[in-house]
Amino acid sequence: MPILFVLFIFTLLISISVSFTRNDKTRETIVSAGSIIMMLLDVGFCAWAFMQINAAGGSIEFLMPETLPVEIFNYVIIVGEIFLFVLISVLSIRHDKYHCIILSFMGTAPVLWMDATGHSVESGAMLRIDTLSVLMFMVVGLVGGLICIYSNGYMHDYHHHHLDVEKRPWFFQSMLFLFLAAMFGLISADNLAWMFFFWEITSTISFLLIGYTKSEEAVNNSFRALWMNLLGGCGFTVAILYSAFMYGSGNLTDLIYKGAWAPGIVIPVVCLSFAAFTKSAQMPFSRWLLGAMVAPTPSSALLHSATMVKAGVYLLIRISPLMTENLAGVMVTTIGGFTFFAASLLAISQSDGKKVLAYSTISNLGLITACSGVGQPAATWAAVMLLLFHAVSKSLMFLCVGAVENATGSRDIEDMHGLIVKMPKMAFIMTVGICGMFLAPFGMLVAKWAALKAYIDSNNVLLVIFLVFGSATTMFYWGKWLGKLFAVLHQSETLRDIVHKSEWYVMYVLTGLIIILCTTFPLIGQIFVQPMLSVEFGVTVGQIISDSDVRVMLMMLIMIALMPILAIFLIYNRKEKMTMSYMAGANAGDDRHFVDAFGGIRPSYLSNWYMDSYFGEKRILFPSLCIAAGFVIVLMILAIGGAIG
Amino acid sequence: MNYMILIPIAIYIIFTPIVGFFLEGYDRVVSSRLQRRQGPPFLQPVYDLIKLFEKQAIVVNNLETALVLGFTIFTIFSGCIFFAGGDILLVFFAFSLADMFLVLAASSANSPYSSLGSQREFVQMMAYEPMTLLTAIGFYMVCGSFNVSDIINQDVPAIIRTPGVFLGYCFILIIKLRKSPFDLSTSHHAHQEMVKGLTQDIAGNVLGILELGEIYEEVFLMAIVALFFVTKNPMSYVVGIVAALVVFFIMIVIDNVFPRVKWSNMLWITWGVTLSLAGSNFLILTMLKMAGI
Repeated sequence: MPILFVLFIFTLLISISVSFTRNDKTRETIVSAGSIIMMLLDVGFCAWAFMQINAAGGSIEFLMPETLPVEIFNYVIIVGEIFLFVLISVLSIRHDKYHCIILSFMGTAPVLWMDATGHSVESGAMLRIDTLSVLMFMVVGLVGGLICIYSNGYMHDYHHHHLDVEKRPWFFQSMLFLFLAAMFGLISADNLAWMFFFWEITSTISFLLIGYTKSEEAVNNSFRALWMNLLGGCGFTVAILYSAFMYGSGNLTDLIYKGAWAPGIVIPVVCLSFAAFTKSAQMPFSRWLLGAMVAPTPSSALLHSATMVKAGVYLLIRISPLMTENLAGVMVTTIGGFTFFAASLLAISQSDGKKVLAYSTISNLGLITACSGVGQPAATWAAVMLLLFHAVSKSLMFLCVGAVENATGSRDIEDMHGLIVKMPKMAFIMTVGICGMFLAPFGMLVAKWAALKAYIDSNNVLLVIFLVFGSATTMFYWGKWLGKLFAVLHQSETLRDIVHKSEWYVMYVLTGLIIILCTTFPLIGQIFVQPMLSVEFGVTVGQIISDSDVRVMLMMLIMIALMPILAIFLIYNRKEKMTMSYMAGANAGDDRHFVDAFGGIRPSYLSNWYMDSYFGEKRILFPSLCIAAGFVIVLMILAIGGAIG
Repeated sequence: MNYMILIPIAIYIIFTPIVGFFLEGYDRVVSSRLQRRQGPPFLQPVYDLIKLFEKQAIVVNNLETALVLGFTIFTIFSGCIFFAGGDILLVFFAFSLADMFLVLAASSANSPYSSLGSQREFVQMMAYEPMTLLTAIGFYMVCGSFNVSDIINQDVPAIIRTPGVFLGYCFILIIKLRKSPFDLSTSHHAHQEMVKGLTQDIAGNVLGILELGEIYEEVFLMAIVALFFVTKNPMSYVVGIVAALVVFFIMIVIDNVFPRVKWSNMLWITWGVTLSLAGSNFLILTMLKMAGI
């Protein structure tokens, strides 16, 4: 228990001290040292909690520190919520975005009223840690710490390239740490009101970071993110009110264990799912995540791919036992499945690296959402695994794109043509990241496979169709990116390596993490995921992917690892004739120019296919949002109406 | 680990080229008869491959060679999983990995034709991928298992309950076997509008390695056709082989009858066929399952 507090307070302290440190060198030192200590504390806490959980069998609860009365914490939360409301109001008035004030008021006021009038329910534990929380702590702590270290070098270069942006990296980095502290709170909270408080903090920090550059586009995008997340917050508030007044309970765990047979349980589940949709950028709320890409890359990697957007699906995974074969489950699976497919179609038409990553994030979050909505242990297993693999692979991809942008001045995929020659190490790391996203035998595919089996077993035809078509489109947009990286340009020099050492270390560690996850996922499933599922669903959950399949996949991994060695062996032992690529006209010698029919030298340009007239945003974004909005509205009305009537 | 599974794997690795050459020769002879010309001898594919292996490789870069090798190794490996009775979904996943190696090889060549070929191959993969997964799902719905070893131990052949899936699978075979109208990325015929497309910059014995991989792939694809007919009864294997030959013959006829289409037509037609044939078949199977039949 104390170690959780130390972790939380330490992260807060780093955040505060960073915000007051104007000297670049000092600040970078604090950030690096602080991140490393935070990661160590995090691992320590996870180890401690894991042992405690094993001893207790299931989960450990904290009724809140024995030494301090709960009231103090409640006061802190009340003050914090009022502060958030005032902050949002002031900024909204400054930028003439009054709707945010109303939404913020609607979300915050009922909870404050409950606290003030004593209607709030404090039954049971305030904090609860189980193996799922431990996994989340690992992701948030390790990936978060690594990204904070990376942000040192990145922000240095960022302000070097963007002279028009006001320089305040201390604010940026301090917000990253504050965000991590809030995430620690969110994943350990069991009391709904506490969870909501941390939920709102993460929304607000995301809003502040998106608006970092203060350009008009950034401000507009940040307010879009804000209002959508605040709207979701309102859903959260309704769920809190409903469970307090109808069930006299304010705890998530109570809701899950006791609520399963309670009448009208669909209502809070639907409201919480609605909140999760906004947080995890499911359609029709997906647009804020695209807009969030204006923020500097570390915030995209940390908030908008690895952790904050995972808070939504984390909540869905928690409540997934309540979605077995009811309308809430239908709503969640439909929206998730549809988002998975539609976002992967949209990703095809994008050539901006970060936009592809954003659409892919939305798409994968959709898949996780769909898995948790099935409400079967096997599907939820897949959801947890997807969450884990996605957090690591996607944050690595963001960091790579950020580093490439700082080194070459562009984050367009077209400009990554021949990266394997220009930045070989970077191309290798990106290849691992991309393969980790969609290719056998790497992580995501394993989870997708488990998801497919679970969908078939739950007789969900629509979801299976979404999944098979979505996998095909996913393969297309990742595959063509990979093809760009692999193009070998002759007569081309390696670029000067201006990526900071610290950035390289971070990317190496993340690459290592992906490889470790790929080789140990059955173990992770067995140690962390299956026990949690057994408790949540009340049935013993066995192995999801059979041993023989795991063995075959390990064999494939080893074969891929051996490929380069085999290739070197092959190349050194042969006398083959090297030649230039065939270009219809004679190759002018550098693979970029050819000799035309009149003897003149012309440049050639090889582009990927984007099929803008078929899959472009102009053509399918609006219809997809309308369809998704229709699904959400109709299914929410049906679910809530059905529960009331 | 059960060492008995090594026997079918060994048989597969050794005898597949023979079966493959038979199919290729059959293709050449039937095609030439359809076109009313003399055509090459039945063993021409064998001579072609031998000649390729005797040639010096002319390569544009070493990465490409390594990737082509990856394609062939993983194609053979996926076939091994299949013939060892493994998980059919895993087989398809391993195949898409092999395909990815091939397309990346073409991308690495960095020539206009290879590049166009690789983009078209990506579209082809996007077109057939849903159907391959639905094929595996169809077997699972009927046999209750993804394992090939269980699928071949049924009392009734799978095709009885999966006619839609079977037809859909035959449809994507046109793409997979690189037959006209869907031989967009590269073609077995002498040339197309982008010369050799995908395999443009692969030559000599490296091309030989690639062709060998494609022969293994072809035999595996036809084995899936046979799998629809196989039951416990040993005679059913004969039925399966005959069915595969008939399907292969139809592929050759289609190849000779239809002109090449645009990529967008291929994508929409294939997805449409997948959805209407395999999708509805899957829907009906699910409804039967829910009704407890």
